[in-house]
Amino acid sequence: MTVIANLGAAAPELFLAGAGIVLLMFGVFRKSDATAQVGWLAVAALVAAAGLVLTGSKGSATLFNGLFVTDGFAVFTKLATLGASALTLILSLSWLAQEQVKKFEYAILIIFATLGMLMMISANNLMSLYLGLELQGLAAYVLAAFKRDTLKSTESGLKYFILGSVASGLLLYGMSLVYGFTGTTSFDKLAEVLSHHPSTGVMVGLVFMLSGMAFKVSAAPFHMWTPDVYEGAPTPVTAFFAIAPKVAAIALFIRLLAGPFADLVGAWQQVVWLISILSMAIGAFGAINQTNIKRLLAYSSIGHMGYVLVGLTVASPEGVRGALVYLALYVFMNVGAFAVVLSMRQKGRAVESISDLSGLSRTSPGLAAALTIFMFSMAGIPPLAGFFSKLYVFMAAVKAGMFGLAIIGVLTSVVSAFYYIRVIKIMYFDEPVDSFDRPATANTVILWGTSAVTLLFWLWPAALINSAQTAAQVLFPG
Amino acid sequence: MTDLPLLSLVTFLPLVGAAFILFVRGDEAVVARNARNVALLTSLATFVLSLALWRGFNPATADFQFVEKVQWLPDWGINYHMGIDGISLFFVLLSTFLTPICILSTWGAVEKRVKEYMLAFLVLETFMIGMFCALDYVIFYIFFEAVLIPMFIIIGVWGGPRRVYAAFKFFLYTLFGSVLMLVALLAMLYVAGTTDIPTLMQTRFPYEMQLWLWLAMFASFAVKVPMWPVHTWLPDAHVEAPTAGSVILAGVLLKMGGYGFIRFSIPMLPEATEFFAPMVFTLSIIAVIYTSLVALVQDDMKKLIAYSSVAHMGFVTIGVFALNQQAIEGAIFQMLSHGVVSGALFLCVGVVYDRLHTREIARYGGLSNTMPKYATVFLFFTMASVGLPGTAGFVGEFMVLLGAFQTSTWVGLFAATGLILGATYALLLYRRICFGKLDKEDLKALLDMSPREIAMFVPLILVVLWMGIYPSSFLDPMHASVVHLIENYQSALAAANGGSVAAN
Repeated sequence: MTVIANLGAAAPELFLAGAGIVLLMFGVFRKSDATAQVGWLAVAALVAAAGLVLTGSKGSATLFNGLFVTDGFAVFTKLATLGASALTLILSLSWLAQEQVKKFEYAILIIFATLGMLMMISANNLMSLYLGLELQGLAAYVLAAFKRDTLKSTESGLKYFILGSVASGLLLYGMSLVYGFTGTTSFDKLAEVLSHHPSTGVMVGLVFMLSGMAFKVSAAPFHMWTPDVYEGAPTPVTAFFAIAPKVAAIALFIRLLAGPFADLVGAWQQVVWLISILSMAIGAFGAINQTNIKRLLAYSSIGHMGYVLVGLTVASPEGVRGALVYLALYVFMNVGAFAVVLSMRQKGRAVESISDLSGLSRTSPGLAAALTIFMFSMAGIPPLAGFFSKLYVFMAAVKAGMFGLAIIGVLTSVVSAFYYIRVIKIMYFDEPVDSFDRPATANTVILWGTSAVTLLFWLWPAALINSAQTAAQVLFPG
Repeated sequence: MTDLPLLSLVTFLPLVGAAFILFVRGDEAVVARNARNVALLTSLATFVLSLALWRGFNPATADFQFVEKVQWLPDWGINYHMGIDGISLFFVLLSTFLTPICILSTWGAVEKRVKEYMLAFLVLETFMIGMFCALDYVIFYIFFEAVLIPMFIIIGVWGGPRRVYAAFKFFLYTLFGSVLMLVALLAMLYVAGTTDIPTLMQTRFPYEMQLWLWLAMFASFAVKVPMWPVHTWLPDAHVEAPTAGSVILAGVLLKMGGYGFIRFSIPMLPEATEFFAPMVFTLSIIAVIYTSLVALVQDDMKKLIAYSSVAHMGFVTIGVFALNQQAIEGAIFQMLSHGVVSGALFLCVGVVYDRLHTREIARYGGLSNTMPKYATVFLFFTMASVGLPGTAGFVGEFMVLLGAFQTSTWVGLFAATGLILGATYALLLYRRICFGKLDKEDLKALLDMSPREIAMFVPLILVVLWMGIYPSSFLDPMHASVVHLIENYQSALAAANGGSVAAN
């Protein structure tokens, strides 16, 4: 009985699952092409789900015999995920129209992938964790191969599927070890058991799980798939991959390590420390020689994940807050950057080489100014939003006495500044080539919005930082 | 004193102008003209407004004045905190004074993308002023680093042939220095629990920590000053930057480093300052002598002046770290005079560059025949740069030397050699450009300065003379603040030594 009474806590997920099925039916039974209608309805569904998250229960609640939990942390990260999904879906819709891809399943897949992410965020049990992860993953594999008549896209999908399966296998193996040595899969019980006698077997399992999670957030040394998949997948799919799943996977990462494995902090901290440093370094150095803007953004996102993981390494409320602030601003910067990439079309054909941006400041000054804002912001130059995200994670690192981590972090940010300003150099200092087509209206609107947020974040930073603070506090009771 | 947030007005007024320029529409010539006018008017208005700061400034106190404080980033006590004392007052004035002159200098020189140029300059002005007014370390850092954005664009878009290289070098060098300071800043935040500058000045950091913090800050400020051996970005940036960019770079941006030492390193980390002062002296003396010699052999006018800037800034760092009243006041004065004089010298280069489009010294000669007005102006600023009594250059260098002798005779001796070398390269430059036979055909047709160019130089000449003949107008307001700085420094050192004696 209590389950039904409490179902409200899972209202966003239930709603999204229902919406997905209804929209699927709607698309199937419509005679004519329903891509646009289904797409916009899906956007509406995502927005409605975000509304449900906002109006839902304020406190913490568990559901389905403890498999599922909602709390302030979940609310914050779910809103970021839903926002990212909705924005990238809008960007995708103009792309689908431009490329004349008439497949309404696209939006349905995004909905189910997002549903999986919400499940990941709310997972309170290793089983529900895996369920969410796989729902998200399977939808994503299909999306990567969505342009199935091109070689690159199919290759990207296959690569993602195989490597993703290996990562899931690692994760599953780790989970089974943890289950074997503790006798439970519930996060609450795990925390209880692990506070007494962590055995070596649990450690081994933990390392496997960390590897699997690192793969999902594309952190080094499990990042190899990222540039290839990002380059091969259709651009709006790349935008989707780069943002929403990252938010959800990081949220899951944080919940896992700060929850059931909180007492093993000594064990996982050094692993995450290493992952973080490697990601920052590989993200910075790997991007230098890239000529394709999607590969560049792939390395950039590897680097960004490194910075987010700095916050996790610190293992304190400040660190988690820093990571959440970083994630939220990461969503804005990347949605904006991909909106620019999606606007890179010459004579009805998409281009994706960095040199195609040459002289953009002359041919389309607005687009160039927006990308400049995002690039400086990602490089962490004040007063843009990206500076504050870095400020907060490094603040936490310094407070925890991790000077090494902070110093390596700022130094890699100088290296990464090199390739970010290279993009600006190409747009502003080089001579123009062919001009781009007029970008779709939706893209322009999103560009304006995201660049305004990135540019003017300093005006009122307290709103985001306070809500991140509240969200982070949930994971550290007492 | 009024309730008007005067500092914020001065700081953000240029942004208002920039917003106007953003919405200028029409065909290119109209846009260019309107953008220029708006930029000039805005910067003039900012200058006038900043004069109100000088008028309302109370020279008797060392406290911060015109203070504004608004809560900004929650729970770590980071506030939007602005205020000026006698040290920062004149840097604000220097920024607001040079910007309209820079904008005036672009009339004939910048023809492409005028709108963006003006936009970049006004944004730059806001960041510069904000940096000198900031009373919170985080706010300071934001302005300090934000300066890179417009400057990068200015050098890269409107610069010379190797502008891309110069812009990247400038950006990455300074960014590298700044990020280390960011870590220091965060460490100080952690120890002191605040980034409020007045509070940090009262905080005593442990000795070991001071050394590290000092080095991290030094990495940032030394690159900005720039000190030998991290000065190499400056000649490149100067040579490739457009004239107005060079003026701002030499006039204001280099001062950010010296200001940083006075505002942060000395009052916050006194023991480390004492420890590292000999190192700073050594580097500064090398800078003074070595870069003067390098300047002697340059064949590019701008490069020569750029190296002379490094040498002059060497005097500044000597003065700052001599840590007595004459020396520090002299260093501040030297920064102001160098800001005006070297800015003017770059404008002088710009005048002939606009006509002949070369900066090679050998291409000129005998200009005093065709361009007498120009030759006079150039001579005046050459003399000011050399440090002729009666000009601004003399006062600063004299006070620094006076102070340096009190601290160490050797430092004073070596620094004084720099004066001789300075006179050599400056006069050599002047001789090769203005004197000699006028035997190059294209030089014979050169027109003398236009009224606009004269209008640009007149205020500079007046200020240089004013500073040279009656320096008290500038020294009096900074007096109380400098005395306060030195007293605090001495008492902090005494407390530290006393503490260690007591511990023994």
